[in-house]
Amino acid sequence: MDFSLGEDRQMLVDSVGRYLADTFDFSAREKAIASSEGWSRAMWNGLAELGVIGAFFREDAGGYGGSPFDIGAVFGEVGRAIAVGPFLETLMAGRVLAATGRSEELAGVISGETRITFADTPMMGANGSPVAPMHAASNGDGWKLSGGKGVVGYVAGAELIVVSAQTDTGTSLFLVRGDAAGVSIRDYPLVDGGAAGELTLADTPAELLGSDGEGQALIDDATAAGLTALSWEAVAIMDVLRAQTIEYLRTRKQFGIPIGKFQALQHRMATVALEIEQARSAAINAAAALDKAPNVRDAAASAAKYTIGTVGKLTAEEAIQLHGGIGMTWELPLSHYAKRLTMIGHLLGDEDEHLSRYIALRQAAA
Amino acid sequence: MDLEFTEEEKAFREEVRAFLKEKLPARLSDKVRNGQNLRKEDMEEWHAILNARGWLANHWPVEWGGTGWTVMQRAIFEEEVSKAHAPRIVPFGLSMLAPVLIKYGSEEQKKHYLPRILDGTDWWCQGYSEPGAGSDLASLKTQAVRDGDDYIVNGQKTWTTLGQYADWIFCLVRTSNEGKKQEGISFLLIDMKTPGIEVRPIKLLDGDHEVNEVFFTDVRVPVANLVGEENKGWTYAKYLLTYERTNIAGVGASIAAFEQLQQVAKTTMRNGGPLAEDPLFAARMAKVEIDLENMKTTNLRVLAAAGAGHAPTAESSMLKIRGTEIRQALTDLMRRAAGSYAQPWIHAAFEEGFNGEPVGPDWAAPVASDYFNMRKLSIFGGSNEVQREIITKSILEL
Ligand SMILES: Cc1cc2nc3c(=O)[nH]c(=O)nc-3n(C[C@H](O)[C@H](O)[C@H](O)COP(=O)(O)OP(=O)(O)OC[C@H]3O[C@@H](n4cnc5c(N)ncnc54)[C@H](O)[C@@H]3O)c2cc1C
Repeated sequence: MDFSLGEDRQMLVDSVGRYLADTFDFSAREKAIASSEGWSRAMWNGLAELGVIGAFFREDAGGYGGSPFDIGAVFGEVGRAIAVGPFLETLMAGRVLAATGRSEELAGVISGETRITFADTPMMGANGSPVAPMHAASNGDGWKLSGGKGVVGYVAGAELIVVSAQTDTGTSLFLVRGDAAGVSIRDYPLVDGGAAGELTLADTPAELLGSDGEGQALIDDATAAGLTALSWEAVAIMDVLRAQTIEYLRTRKQFGIPIGKFQALQHRMATVALEIEQARSAAINAAAALDKAPNVRDAAASAAKYTIGTVGKLTAEEAIQLHGGIGMTWELPLSHYAKRLTMIGHLLGDEDEHLSRYIALRQAAA
Repeated sequence: MDLEFTEEEKAFREEVRAFLKEKLPARLSDKVRNGQNLRKEDMEEWHAILNARGWLANHWPVEWGGTGWTVMQRAIFEEEVSKAHAPRIVPFGLSMLAPVLIKYGSEEQKKHYLPRILDGTDWWCQGYSEPGAGSDLASLKTQAVRDGDDYIVNGQKTWTTLGQYADWIFCLVRTSNEGKKQEGISFLLIDMKTPGIEVRPIKLLDGDHEVNEVFFTDVRVPVANLVGEENKGWTYAKYLLTYERTNIAGVGASIAAFEQLQQVAKTTMRNGGPLAEDPLFAARMAKVEIDLENMKTTNLRVLAAAGAGHAPTAESSMLKIRGTEIRQALTDLMRRAAGSYAQPWIHAAFEEGFNGEPVGPDWAAPVASDYFNMRKLSIFGGSNEVQREIITKSILEL
């Protein structure tokens, strides 16, 4: 066994980490999340130039990597810098393009020229029920999509959108151009920085990706990759929160001694540290299973999402609590790490959803 | 044992409900229910309505405008007011300073300040914490040096809640560096308009301006503004903190939040069924509900004992810990209930009069911000770690 990243991947990690540290420090992030788009295209283009987006995809699809550990390694750096941008969306949508042979569009995505996102979450109405389910129909001159999708990451300004929709045959995936007829977007910033929007399509022309009615397998594969990526991102954030909290416990003095000398807090931190190692293992397990059979892959992905959900909540809450008042402030980067870690829980299903899915998958396998 | 409320208590509850139905403006309760930001005027409006009914300072002695209610009546009142989504009453003047003045203040101070608290003339804020003095409050450094009929105050306070609105601040200041650090602290009332005071906002992680730093540079404060005796401020401060911790369980707030959560879980659809029927979410809700039911009784036990003249000490630490854990758990469940829709951060939706189209469920806009904001509950009012220290020392005697 070998738990190291390997030399090439380590170089990639180092260059991404250095680039983000140099160009996307806390104040640059502040500027980006306060901007109208909620992220920095300049940062994105810089990363694309470094080959970071290509690292999500295999060479036969035009990428420069594509192994689960390449994906994990890059998302770890994203987490360490709490970088905002369509990382998850690009990974998931790009994976669908790769699986369905859309190498021309994927090349644009890899170079950073084409911005893409992934629209799969149902739109919810004011009363808490899903509204406007997305459906697709073909009438000789191609497919048309109508309906809504909710909280679509970085949808405003995306040139391409991979959209899931129901056809007469079943769940299918489609490629929609951002400037196509009938596309309307209500965009907004997110609690943890970045942006998303409500997407509504009205008789919008779209191209079928893969075969009609066979979208679910593509969604499941993209979701497994997304969950793996988020797990690595989350663990990296936990590492930052842990390091910053330990540093604070060492330096903050109350009652004449560093608060880290209080055994009550030492044990709290020891629990956090233990749990983070469990989360790291869960993220590694998810990556190791990503290329395996779907039921094995999905069980490991759900196990990881469940684990980072519970450990993420613990780590974020303890980091704030052990900082006291200062941990509640906007000015301290720590609170933004805590927010991002918490909000990862809201992406691609929370820990309860993945615990349920894990149970179902294990029962089906037994 | 008899866990029933008496007939008088039940009648009192009805009286409170009738009053709330008639007098609590829907505009205000809507804002509270929807998690929108209350403006200063909103809080003042509700303050004035309660004052007009004579219920504002219900815990004060009758001679100063109190109601003479039993602790049970106060608990019932607090519960009903929260359940009706009334704005919270800003506690600094009414529940923190006033009890100290009533017990330790001079006649002139009582006569001057108490009516102004009641009629809303003065908005008070609490100047205890400093950058270097949080849990270890007694290590505070803000200095007051006697100069004729004045003190000259220099130093800094921080985390001053709603200090941006305040007319006055009650401060713990250091008047002596000799002996134990607790023995050199005095309790001083300072007019925020005095030259040399500067208030700077602190932005919290949810993006809102709720707390401040307050800087004092050669601020002249008349000696007449000293409460009680010089260097005895720690005694008064501790007395105030026990007051701060009554009602700390926040039972009413939790009941209201739980009712809202139940409603949300019933109407929110997840994977084809109501969230309330999701076994994992239902289990989370049941656990909080059980905790809340247990705490309601613990709270009543403490109140009954207090009514019988037993001053709560470490029990209030227990109520503070469990009460804040429950309130935090409830915000955690609301956030979970929103699923993906906890993510949008539509700040305009937090303000009254927002008429933009809601994004997602109409209750979802503030849930993530609330969750983050409520992390404060386990930090302030004596952190939950400090409360555990109190329990360890005073009940367990370890
Ligand atoms: C939103 C908000 C509003 C506030 N409003 C006011 C206000 O209006 N007026 C005011 O005066 N203050 C206010 N405070 C300040 C509040 O009282 C302090 O934050 C609190 O006392 C903790 O102090 P600290 O933040 O310096 O944390 P620290 O005391 O530095 O504590 C850091 C961590 O160490 C832990 N710790 C400290 N000592 C021990 C120990 N002996 N054993 C175990 N653990 C320990 C703490 O529990 C905490 O987890 C407010 C704070 C917040 C967050």
